[in-house]
Amino acid sequence: MRRANLDSSPVPEIVLEAGRGSTHYWRDLWRYRELAGFLAWRDIKVRYKQAALGVAWAILQPAIQTILLTFVFGKLARMPDGGLPYALIVLSGLLPWQLFTAAFSGAGHSLVGNSHLISKVYFPRLLVPISCLAVALVDFGVILALALPVIFIFGGAPGWQLLLLPLFVLLALVIAFGAGLWITALTVKFRDFRFITPFILQIGVFVTPVGFRTDFLPNWRDLIALNPLAGVVDGVRWCLLGGRTELYLPGLGISVVVAAILLGSGIGYFRRTERQFADII
Amino acid sequence: MSHPAIEVSGLAKRYVIEHEARHDNLRDTLHHAARKLWRRARWGTGFDTEEFWALRDVSFTVQPGEVVGVIGRNGAGKSTLLKVLSRITEPTAGRVTLRGRIASLLEVGTGFHPDLTGRENIFLNGAILGMRSTEIRRKFDEIVAFAEVERFIDTPVKRYSSGMYVRLAFAVAAHLEPEVLIVDEVLAVGDAQFQKKCLGKMREVSTQQGRTVLFVSHQMSAIAQLCSRAILLSAGRVAHIGPTQAVLQTMMASPPLTHRSSDALDRPRITDIAVSQTALESGNLQISVSFESPHVLTRPHVGIVLTTQFGALVGGTNTHVDPCRNSHPAASGLLRLHLAHPPLLPGQYRINVWFGDGDGSTEHREAAMEFYFPGLRTRPPEFRTETVGPLDMAFNWEQLPLIR
Repeated sequence: MRRANLDSSPVPEIVLEAGRGSTHYWRDLWRYRELAGFLAWRDIKVRYKQAALGVAWAILQPAIQTILLTFVFGKLARMPDGGLPYALIVLSGLLPWQLFTAAFSGAGHSLVGNSHLISKVYFPRLLVPISCLAVALVDFGVILALALPVIFIFGGAPGWQLLLLPLFVLLALVIAFGAGLWITALTVKFRDFRFITPFILQIGVFVTPVGFRTDFLPNWRDLIALNPLAGVVDGVRWCLLGGRTELYLPGLGISVVVAAILLGSGIGYFRRTERQFADII
Repeated sequence: MSHPAIEVSGLAKRYVIEHEARHDNLRDTLHHAARKLWRRARWGTGFDTEEFWALRDVSFTVQPGEVVGVIGRNGAGKSTLLKVLSRITEPTAGRVTLRGRIASLLEVGTGFHPDLTGRENIFLNGAILGMRSTEIRRKFDEIVAFAEVERFIDTPVKRYSSGMYVRLAFAVAAHLEPEVLIVDEVLAVGDAQFQKKCLGKMREVSTQQGRTVLFVSHQMSAIAQLCSRAILLSAGRVAHIGPTQAVLQTMMASPPLTHRSSDALDRPRITDIAVSQTALESGNLQISVSFESPHVLTRPHVGIVLTTQFGALVGGTNTHVDPCRNSHPAASGLLRLHLAHPPLLPGQYRINVWFGDGDGSTEHREAAMEFYFPGLRTRPPEFRTETVGPLDMAFNWEQLPLIR
């Protein structure tokens, strides 16, 4: 009676052997899925409990960044706007960039940040970076909900392109997850990898078309497209601004290919090093 | 259910200690790798690495519904064994088969967040320990009642007293419903009354609900009460396995933990420390310290301090203060301390041992040995060393009329 809610298999059997790893890893990952939710919930809850301004941070940061980047790229550098309000170009680029930043830096720091759990309890370690993606997604949802009315009021009605937004969000998360898995697994062994994350993000905000649109830069376009996030940012901008910017398909192709490589290799490396985490963290 | 719930065969766990710092950053690692290559090219050797076998050739089985205690001194491999069985770390060799849903409790309150309320932490901690949220919700009231924190359930746990914190943490763990429960030293926290409650809960879990429990504790009384069988680990190996009483006796009679003193072979050193079991049984204390030295010592010195199992000082002496009556120069030998009928309550005691060659070189072993002293007379069970102190003196009451 007590076991009614347990697994259907009568007596689950686990065999532990050297080098064998966990045979039921993916099944375990599924079984522990609620834990990823709880970890994400914890991170969100704690953040807002500790912050005096609460949700205001979620608005303040992108708002100030939009103003700053609009000033730098729109006013100082006088990048072409193609007739759109420049702040909207920036805002629509910042949204996916913020999502990537939060997901990537969260996942990258996740294992070391939860080392007390890793050394005391078993669960598939992949859940830790996954929970960071959930946190980033929630943040993104909040900002998006606030930004959408602004975009529609000043940028015009949305088109069918908006329906494709989830695909680009997914792409951003996959890239962040793949890269974050590498960083977080490497950080367990070499703590200085955590300094790489802010470095990548600092450079990234300029080499990714966050503050400018690429469709007016034909000479640079292919070079920019080598950055897998360029395709994501361009794509989200295309969705949000109802197709008033151009979607560069070769760039998007690169994004998808790089995302797949990062995800595959990231999971591979993570799984290979995972069994040592508790010994060296 | 004829299959054992836990089946361990030939289990080993090795840690490699590299004698050249730890590499927490990439620069050091690269630097180290370069030096290693250079050394190898030049001398044909890398840096010294030392292998440390935390577990070696450990085999045992635990039948479903059995409660088995794991005992051993510090560093005997108990925690490593539990970590391997809990799947936190991987074995180096051997095989473990676990049958049934497993939960392990290596620490009380793993994942508790100080800023979250009691309620929130119950859910978080429950999920970390492997409970489903429906299961937590179903047990929520029971957990809160067990922890006795109803009034503070919506207060952040950072405002809790340490007692409340521990009670709440244990309460969550106590309501896990696995078929196999692996528990590390978690009863040592909390006050005496709560410890009693925890022990009761553990007993209920094992005897009434038929769970398999593997239980590590330093409290021999808890092991004796709860476990039918015990495993004694010593230096990573199974030293004795059998009925609890027999294993406990082996443990008390067994030699002290062997400190790794490979670097000290050229110096005078302690080779063995022993507490006589026969002396203990008749209420006496007899502690022997064996030593060895590369040269003759004119006056070997030993100091011994007796403490309770919680480290509270009880008393001590050394061969300066109470000189050895037949001290003579020797390169090896044994110094034995006799103490007839020490006025102590029954309980676990430890000794700290110092050894000196008289020229300033000393060896010190903290908690070198733990033993159970049976006491001189029967005292009520609440008269324990934690509550009234270790001394059982010749107390003498008298009632007199008031003189007006």
